[in-house]
Amino acid sequence: MTPTSLVPLVVILPLLGAASALILSRRPGAQRLATIAALVAVLVVGCILLYTVQTSGPLAMEVGGWAAPFGIVLVVDLLSALMVVVSAVVLLAVLLFSVGQGLADGDHETPVSIFYPTYLILTAGVLNAFIAGDLFNLYVGFEILLVASYVLITLGGTEQRIRAGTTYIVVSLVSSMIFLVSIALIYGALGTVNIADISRRMSEIPADVQVLLHVMLLIAFGIKAAVFPLSFWLPDSYPTAPAPVTAVFAGLLTKVGVYSIIRAETVIFPGPELNVPLMVVALLTMVVGVLGAVAQADIKRLLSFTLVSHIGYMILGVSLGTADGTSAATYYIVHHIIVQTTLFLAAGLIERVGGTTSINKLGGLLAASPILAAMFLIPALNLGGIPPFSGFLGKLALFQATAEQQSPLGYVLIGAGALVSLLTLYALVRVWSLAFWRSADEVDGYESELLRNVTEAPNATAVQQRRRMPRLMLAATGGMVLVGIALTVFAGPLFALSDIVGENLESPAIYVDLVFPSGGADD
Amino acid sequence: MTASLTLIVVMAVLYACGVYLMLERSMTRVLVGFLLVGNATNLLIIMMAGQPGVSPFYDGTTTADEMSDPLPQALVLTAIVITFAVSAFLLALIYRSWRLSQEGEDDLEDDVDDIALRAGDKGVVAELVDSTQVESEFAVPDEDAGSRP
Repeated sequence: MTPTSLVPLVVILPLLGAASALILSRRPGAQRLATIAALVAVLVVGCILLYTVQTSGPLAMEVGGWAAPFGIVLVVDLLSALMVVVSAVVLLAVLLFSVGQGLADGDHETPVSIFYPTYLILTAGVLNAFIAGDLFNLYVGFEILLVASYVLITLGGTEQRIRAGTTYIVVSLVSSMIFLVSIALIYGALGTVNIADISRRMSEIPADVQVLLHVMLLIAFGIKAAVFPLSFWLPDSYPTAPAPVTAVFAGLLTKVGVYSIIRAETVIFPGPELNVPLMVVALLTMVVGVLGAVAQADIKRLLSFTLVSHIGYMILGVSLGTADGTSAATYYIVHHIIVQTTLFLAAGLIERVGGTTSINKLGGLLAASPILAAMFLIPALNLGGIPPFSGFLGKLALFQATAEQQSPLGYVLIGAGALVSLLTLYALVRVWSLAFWRSADEVDGYESELLRNVTEAPNATAVQQRRRMPRLMLAATGGMVLVGIALTVFAGPLFALSDIVGENLESPAIYVDLVFPSGGADD
Repeated sequence: MTASLTLIVVMAVLYACGVYLMLERSMTRVLVGFLLVGNATNLLIIMMAGQPGVSPFYDGTTTADEMSDPLPQALVLTAIVITFAVSAFLLALIYRSWRLSQEGEDDLEDDVDDIALRAGDKGVVAELVDSTQVESEFAVPDEDAGSRP
């Protein structure tokens, strides 16, 4: 058995797990075990793939034995392997969190027999998108994860979730349709949907057609990644879902969009035509997102806005078009997946301890649960970019790569990036000082400059009953905090890895040679 | 590249109607709009079949009317299945939100006449029976009118 034959397992294992979880839906204990086992197996396969790719080079798997332009290829290069491992870690942690929640609450709130199979199908979709070597396969991966996410975001079918879900679903439908239309146009222009083959033939078609295809693909991916003018839907739809669902959506779904933008910018359209517009978009995403975050009283909404804002940093790295930029963006994606998920999990715990996620009503959490305070503060400082943490390292690498270009727009972006990280820090430290530092009996009639200009979430719910935090939920969140710290401790090897990713991506010939080892069959 | 003009016109009309419907507020119209746009896209993929670019299975010896490009057909089949699944989900979503909006109206407010009926006020019964006979074509049995929950 060669390592190549492990590649499809990344998609097959979660799908098999989903099937068995559905069969076991009447036996909750067995269902939980099957789901956890499937994700652990995916994580193991992912680690083996990462190790193999790192030691003996990237893998290309021809499904069904059909050679590249005719059959479907699955490609695992260093970027894909890295994303698969990080996603598997995040998905496993969030799964343990939701198992803990389900055990504690007795599954009253949501029909959990549906939750686990859907969660595994979402996993299959995300991982399929990461290893797709074919634009249409990427589309199918997107659809798998989107359909699963439609079910997860409307879980339980309450009025609020249906309303939030409707926005999300209609926006996703439009983006999928744009993606499908651009696949059709690419096939019409180039006669192929294989990414490596597209990359080889792109220079044969007129430049204006290239720009048209490029813009259409970027719009489709931009909606998924929540890039500025297309990000309006995210803060309205994510916060209403259950805490674990929001955590995994925030961590992974937007990053699948960013990953696709990286592929589009490096392999499909390696030229610099759209780099300047992308830089402007990155600037606007950062600034507009964080300004939204500063005005929010609800922690989940606030985090959703910082999520949008930090997508801007990744787009900045991609838009530079240099190996350093792409490498910094890769490190930043890994950092952001981990940290953003941790913060949403912590917000879920805050909701349990405090009964709400509005900073107007929370107080005394530090006294109530010092461990939760630590688990919120560390990722919050990390996201804000305080020096020892990975947020600082990622931003520093991005700013260095931007400064190398010595363009005026680049310096503007560095300034804006620094300002945005300060504002992120401001928004999160405000949550800290109000929800954790302020004592519980000060909450009523509290007046402060900090609460001025802060708006509550639309149709905010009343304060719920406070519930205890099960150990499993604490352990899952704590584990994610430790992974976040590990990103600093192992920053050296991780940066070495992302440097190779950056160099590989900036020479598309490596990707093409991987899929067509003999120089192509049809030429 | 030769494309059938009929297909192009049909596609354009489908896109126009679909986009118009998707911009409506009602979810049912959005669903119909999504189906139209989906089918327009399927037509677009079908039109992209054939000679332009070099399709994977084309060896340069067969003439255009003797062959058929299988890849767009496979793509369209997949796209149709996905559209089908998504519209099934959308129907369920629409039904659920319709149920939720109905639930709001099912919560009856306290009706003064109803309370009076339960207390045994015969005058109200006579009045109610009269009014139903005037406004409704359904016959209302006299005894049942008082015992309704």
